[in-house]
Amino acid sequence: MTAKTLAPPRSFRAHRRRRARWGLALSAGLTASVAVVFVFSLSFGSVTVAPTDVILALIGAPAEKWHTFIVQDLRLPRAITAPLVGAALGASGAIFQRLLRNPLASPDFLGVSSGANVAVVAGFALWNLTGYQLSLAAILGGFATAAGIHLLAGRGGLSGHRFILVGIGVSALMASATSYLLARSTVSDAKAAMSWLIGSVGMAKQADIIVLAVALAVLLPASALLGRRLRVLELGDGTATALGASVRRDRAILILAAVILVALATAAAGPIAFVALMAGPISARLSGGAGESVFRAACAGAFLVQLSDLAAQHLLATPISTGVVTGFVGAPYIAWIIVRANRSGAA
Amino acid sequence: MVATAEKAPPGTTAVKRIGLGGGLLIALGAVAVLAFLSIALGSRSVTLQTVLDAFFDPTATSPDLTVIRDMRVPRTLLAIVVGTALGLGGTLLQGVARNPLADPGIMGINSGAALAIVGGIMLIGVQSAAGYVWFAFAGAGIATVLVYGLAATGRDGATPVKLALAGAAVTAVFGSVTSAIVLSNVDALNEMRFWQVGALSGRFMPVFWQLAPFLVIASLIALFAGRPLNTLALGDDVARALGQPVALTRTVLFALIAVLCGAATAAAGPIAFLGLMVPHLARFICGPDYRWILPYSALLGPVLLLACDIAGRVVVAPGELQVGVVIGVVGAPVFIALARFRRLVQL
Repeated sequence: MTAKTLAPPRSFRAHRRRRARWGLALSAGLTASVAVVFVFSLSFGSVTVAPTDVILALIGAPAEKWHTFIVQDLRLPRAITAPLVGAALGASGAIFQRLLRNPLASPDFLGVSSGANVAVVAGFALWNLTGYQLSLAAILGGFATAAGIHLLAGRGGLSGHRFILVGIGVSALMASATSYLLARSTVSDAKAAMSWLIGSVGMAKQADIIVLAVALAVLLPASALLGRRLRVLELGDGTATALGASVRRDRAILILAAVILVALATAAAGPIAFVALMAGPISARLSGGAGESVFRAACAGAFLVQLSDLAAQHLLATPISTGVVTGFVGAPYIAWIIVRANRSGAA
Repeated sequence: MVATAEKAPPGTTAVKRIGLGGGLLIALGAVAVLAFLSIALGSRSVTLQTVLDAFFDPTATSPDLTVIRDMRVPRTLLAIVVGTALGLGGTLLQGVARNPLADPGIMGINSGAALAIVGGIMLIGVQSAAGYVWFAFAGAGIATVLVYGLAATGRDGATPVKLALAGAAVTAVFGSVTSAIVLSNVDALNEMRFWQVGALSGRFMPVFWQLAPFLVIASLIALFAGRPLNTLALGDDVARALGQPVALTRTVLFALIAVLCGAATAAAGPIAFLGLMVPHLARFICGPDYRWILPYSALLGPVLLLACDIAGRVVVAPGELQVGVVIGVVGAPVFIALARFRRLVQL
């Protein structure tokens, strides 16, 4: 009799343990593949350096003297920016998608990236800002826009369609502001700003990389921890409050973290299209029963940007911007997601 | 959803018809007044006498007259035809999609045309407006089919959110490809960044003569679309029961939209929000009957575009704000207000 009543909890617990273990293994696997691609991206180029030599050069014991120069000075900045930017975009995209409960809700469309864009282009073209100042401008722009959208969407506006529609409207306004700034600046400024607007991890400055790395080190663990509570928030505001979640605070912190990450990634590499949109669903697909996690979304984003950047550098005769590659990968994905969401009646 | 149909009276009373007809005359007068102001106002101040001379004394010459004849008159004429085309295009789009937030700019139709034009000029080497307008039609058509097709498949059809998201996604992809093409050539970039904002300045008489036939003919045809749009507003099932070939009507109307928006984009660049605001203004004046909405849209479009163009010249004189920027500043709040305050699916 007692055995009978005890059996279901035990199997449930076992199931949860299995799930947690699978999730952990998956996170480790994703991290490992990011590391592998990182080494690969350091070894390919006009001169190929063997992966073992890359590692030796990284730890300061190069097999040949010139390895250090090629690996650390030439390739390292770009190779390190790609996963950082990807992780930031992936994490923030996953947070947005889960908070707004819509697979298409990504900072790309919601005006956060476009707000950061305007701020950076304005800072660059009007006031000649550089380095940290541009990062700060991106954060301020992203925040001001996010706050504006939140205000305009009104009470309880974060969930549901209104936030998305208002975001798209604001985003269109920001886009026209950006083109206005492009039109009134000098040709060389316009060219620089425009190539920045497509987004490429190759142009990140050291200052951007450091700021982004620090922000990720703080915000990624924080939002991954808070992300566990996302599951409660996903039940809807009413249910979540009834279950004891402090909906407003959790959501505010998460959105704050997401906006900072997007803004910094944008400041470093420009608005790299659709990574934030794709990373979350990809990691969720991989995770299967293990459930969604902000950390795995960040890994997926990092992996995505690394691969896209490798393709951008080596696939064609002349290197192209990373953003063009992710744009081409992302477009069919969006089509697929809309069609699929239609079939299941959601979106 | 059938609210529109219930409100639409079977036969408008004579008094109302006279009132609405009078309103049309007033709108026509407004177009004339604004056209005159658009010719008279600008960074170079011109006396009334000179304006009259420019029209009634073909032998007179002076710098002022040159400005008027070669720059302000083509600009004003373009504003009128483009305004009409975008106003009608937006109305048709909202009618066909039965969606109050449909707009050629938001839905990515203008950006499709822009991409096709840039591709035609840069990759194939088309020179004249008469040549690249065909690319504009093709691009606008492809974008329309893509966005509407993506949003409309599925159970609940093209809801405002799905349409806006699909449009934002398509715009983002097209935009990044456009700038990737443009970036390869500094001269093209210099030219394109002014066009990309949406501007009426710098367009001279040849452009008008090359594009006006398309715009005028398509606008005239669009004016006769009132009856089918009224029927479509009842819903597909009712429309079919009333003997309307729904699929055929939709196809024809979409083709018309592609021509209107494509030619307008070829003339003035991708202008957003005009096609959104005009139909709502018209509906506010004359109610839900498309037989009245269409002529009103045809006149209110140029009124709005001319007003914004003049405002752009006056506000920052002696400089100039491109009309696309002014429209964006005016139109984005309207879009947001519509998304915010109206019950969404009302058409």
